[in-house]
Amino acid sequence: MEFEAPVIDWAVLSPVLVVLAAGVVGVLIEAFVPDRVRRAVQVVLTLAALVGSVVAVALLWDRVATDGFAFVVNGTFLLTPFTLGIQAVVAVLAILGVLVIADRTRTGDDAFAPTAAAVPGTTYEDAAREAGLQQTEIYPLVLFATGGMLLFPATDNLIVLFIALEVLSLPLYVLCATARRRRLLSQEAAFKYFLLGSFASAIMLFGIALVYGFAGTVSLETALFRMAQPGGPILELMPALVIAGVLLITVGLLFKIGAAPFHMWTPDVYQGAPTPITGFMAACVKAAAVGALVRVVFTLSLGLDEELRRNLEVGLWAVAILTMLVGTVAGAVQTDVKRLLAYSSIAHAGFLTVAFVGFSETGAQAVLFYVLAYGLATLGAFAVVTLVREQDADGVVLGEATHLSHWAGLARRAPWLAAAFSLFLLSMAGIPLTAGFIAKFGVFSAAVVAGAWPLAVVGVLASAVAVFFYVRLIVLMVLTPPAEDAEGAQDAEVATEGQDAPDLAADGAGSSAAAGRTLAPARTLRRAPVVVLSSRGFATVAIVICAVGVVLLGVVPQLALDWAGQAASFRPVQP
Amino acid sequence: MEGMTMSSFPWLTALVVWPLVAALATVLTGAGRGRPASGAASGGGAFSAGSARTVALVGSLVQVALLVGAFGAFDTSTAGTHQLTETYAWIPALGASYAVGVDGVSLLLVALSVGLVPLVILAAWREQGGDHVRLRRYLATVLVLLSFMVVVFAARDVFLFYVVFEAMLIPAYFLIGGFGQGAQRRYAAVKFLLFSLAGGLVMLAAVVALYLQVPVDPATGLRPEDAFLTENLTGLALDPTAERLMFAAFFLAFAIKAPMFPVHTWLPDVTQNATPGTSTLLICVLDKVGTFGMLTLCLPLFPQASRWAAPAIIVLAVISILYGAILAIGQTDVLRLIGYTSVSHFGFIILGIFTFTSLGISGASFMMLNHGISTGALFLLAGFTIARHPRRSQQIADYGGMRKVAPVLGGTFLVAGLSALALPGLATFVSEIMVFLGAYARWPAAVLVAVPAVVLAAVYVLLTYQRMFTGEVGAEVVGAKDLDVREKTVAGVLVAALVVLGLVPGPALDYVREPAGVSVEHVGETDPEPVLGALEGSEQ
Repeated sequence: MEFEAPVIDWAVLSPVLVVLAAGVVGVLIEAFVPDRVRRAVQVVLTLAALVGSVVAVALLWDRVATDGFAFVVNGTFLLTPFTLGIQAVVAVLAILGVLVIADRTRTGDDAFAPTAAAVPGTTYEDAAREAGLQQTEIYPLVLFATGGMLLFPATDNLIVLFIALEVLSLPLYVLCATARRRRLLSQEAAFKYFLLGSFASAIMLFGIALVYGFAGTVSLETALFRMAQPGGPILELMPALVIAGVLLITVGLLFKIGAAPFHMWTPDVYQGAPTPITGFMAACVKAAAVGALVRVVFTLSLGLDEELRRNLEVGLWAVAILTMLVGTVAGAVQTDVKRLLAYSSIAHAGFLTVAFVGFSETGAQAVLFYVLAYGLATLGAFAVVTLVREQDADGVVLGEATHLSHWAGLARRAPWLAAAFSLFLLSMAGIPLTAGFIAKFGVFSAAVVAGAWPLAVVGVLASAVAVFFYVRLIVLMVLTPPAEDAEGAQDAEVATEGQDAPDLAADGAGSSAAAGRTLAPARTLRRAPVVVLSSRGFATVAIVICAVGVVLLGVVPQLALDWAGQAASFRPVQP
Repeated sequence: MEGMTMSSFPWLTALVVWPLVAALATVLTGAGRGRPASGAASGGGAFSAGSARTVALVGSLVQVALLVGAFGAFDTSTAGTHQLTETYAWIPALGASYAVGVDGVSLLLVALSVGLVPLVILAAWREQGGDHVRLRRYLATVLVLLSFMVVVFAARDVFLFYVVFEAMLIPAYFLIGGFGQGAQRRYAAVKFLLFSLAGGLVMLAAVVALYLQVPVDPATGLRPEDAFLTENLTGLALDPTAERLMFAAFFLAFAIKAPMFPVHTWLPDVTQNATPGTSTLLICVLDKVGTFGMLTLCLPLFPQASRWAAPAIIVLAVISILYGAILAIGQTDVLRLIGYTSVSHFGFIILGIFTFTSLGISGASFMMLNHGISTGALFLLAGFTIARHPRRSQQIADYGGMRKVAPVLGGTFLVAGLSALALPGLATFVSEIMVFLGAYARWPAAVLVAVPAVVLAAVYVLLTYQRMFTGEVGAEVVGAKDLDVREKTVAGVLVAALVVLGLVPGPALDYVREPAGVSVEHVGETDPEPVLGALEGSEQ
């Protein structure tokens, strides 16, 4: 037997390779670089690798856009313009995510446990904290996860799809467990995520096995051609096999984007994970998973006959409607800002699903723009959350002040931060002149073009409900007096604001009784319970970039729309 | 198409950009000094923030000068066509352009916005509890809102209109919730925002649907890059059901904005809790976007559906007219009362628009201007009255005999009130008569039912005047002073405008007559006879 070395076009692999290789180097750095400089080296390496990935994507752009695709080793790696677009979004968002992860704020602590291996509450943990240990393994883990995300939408091979899913998920399970504060909550979140995630992976793997059993191949394109073969209608032989297979693969992917009814993990995991990781997950994982979902579903839909495709569409309709409703309705009653943003991200998964139910290129374009707009706003919002902290009576800075009551009057303490956060919320709500509006416009247009106008109507109604809870948060930050004002005698407005206190209940009629109720105990605290930390620069840079991006994409979106339109071309690739 | 040939100076863009510059200048004036560390905002910061309000006032006056320039460049002989047009590609991928231009009606509404802002700034001179930093932010927000108002009235692109229509809610929301004086201002602001956004989002669905009705260019498979221009969306062959649905969505958004019965409930809460200046901008200008939208978007874009829905809308308009007037009589809070009178007046405007007669529509258009001035005068003068009360009470019962202590205030308030009840010789009378005549030609029953509102208006205006300004001087307002020079300027300008427009309405009517004819044409109706004779007659 003769062994023939496959010809591999390494250039096509470069966006992924750069990131994964940097991850490997990062592990070596952990072993060999001294403590003092390790963090700095890791941060620089991580950012450089991600920037390198963006550059690689840019260099590949023209080639892929002209040819329509680039193919490595029989489709185990497959670049299409859409894939490359998703990779660009993921890499750019990952850079911003790493900036937030790297920020240590003025306290000098990052968001991660000094030694994740220490059991919470033990003397070992205290010793590690006092020794000022740092968990710099975070950075290689982020790189591995990002590598998985870049690979996820970029393959024609279902086995590679599964591997990419695991490569992106496993580091995230670990990262979720590493929060510096509320460690039990963090570990619980990681465990939940791990269990449910493995379950979803198994379901997807089962689906892949069924498709393999049907088509005799793990290549999507080949399976597609086998399905569509005019001569031998094998689709008629075992339709149940392929239907179940496609369904299970779709379920596995829907789990990753957090679509209902597979969303249960999202609020708990988003709340428990260290906030910078939550932002990273919410923005990047969603982009990558939506990319993979769109690629798989679009490709498979080409091979299905009219009736089966109709069934798949109906399923997606149901998922989209359910997701939008669950996200917005449950989001409206949350009292924790991270859970609120988690439900908001569920709602956005619903809007994203609305975009591609018609399997049209317009839909793919809308998806690309949407993940970018949503990712910027979400990352920015979570970055703001990392800076708003609780403090105790002695002024010692504690964990994040995630309870909504703590956000009351934030605009007076930190007007710029509150303005940025309001901007992100307005963008998520889809208010014009922000990126979210153009994104939503694209999504609804795509739905109407595809004949799914009832979905667009439900989407509009869901948006109205979503606006309600975003605005509630803005009201809290901008219009509600901060808790300590009740006793701060120097403020000239105390008298009038005091009168306002009972009227919070009335406010509750407009927002929620919860805001009024939870404010009351906060008022009894002696010292301002909330402090806004200044960032060491990284998070500020990320917030500023996100804010500028949100405004630019909202006011002059033409370039991004052109780019998304260029990326959203789907031509079936000949295997 | 390219209006740049007519006049090279982009007057409208200047009117859009300048308020933003002025807002920036206002907010930066004295910004370097910062807030005194002690937290007491007056004192050290007084000098700098004092100049901020001057900057805002000067900025708004320069805007008035720009407006005069725009009027100079406008040709009234062709008031029915858009002039001063500017068209630039904005988001070609979505078919959206930055396209502005004004016909006679939009120019008058731009003039109303630009004209009211300096008066609002003057009226707000000592507001916000003496906190100059707050005042500075308030004035800057007002100027930003002014920029949006100019765009929304001048937009010739549905996408641009929609974007600004929604985006201007944000500054308006902060004006109510952040700078209001009522105890429930946050509640009012949230209610306002949610009502408006709900309507706006429904409209968004229709905007998307409308865009997709534009035929695709067979060569490229794409829709034209200026698909959203109003003229490109006019005269599309629409499926009747789709047209009705889209009309309903647009109309709902505009009815909430206007506000019209039964979606008006946010309005009294807002007027009660916002400052009188904010209410002036909101009710007198911003809400006109609702009726303006019905006139310039609903009618030409969905002519069939407009005719189809007209009977139902006329009924709702008549209910608004009567319901607003009756509820106004029952109010104890003077600002809430003025809010309800507006519900009644907006009913008149909507009635006029949906008569589909030149007379009714030009009356409605003229009334948009007059209502803005007379209600603005009522709000601002009520604000001056409230400022004279030691507790700043808004309760009518807390006043009495104000005319004796503040005769100028009493006199001007009476004139503004009489204009609100449409006394002949004052501006509102002309427009109200035109609406009635126009409506009578098509819907005589509606007019017969609505006419008693004139009597009800006399009741709520005169009763309020009687309780607040005549009789025994209220115990708490015994020492009140009369209007000072600043307040007299505000009151004087508004009263003069009411009298001039009432006695010589001809020049203003020149701006609205032709656009009204165009609207009737768009909707596919012809004027019933005799119309123009009656119009000339009413002008004496």
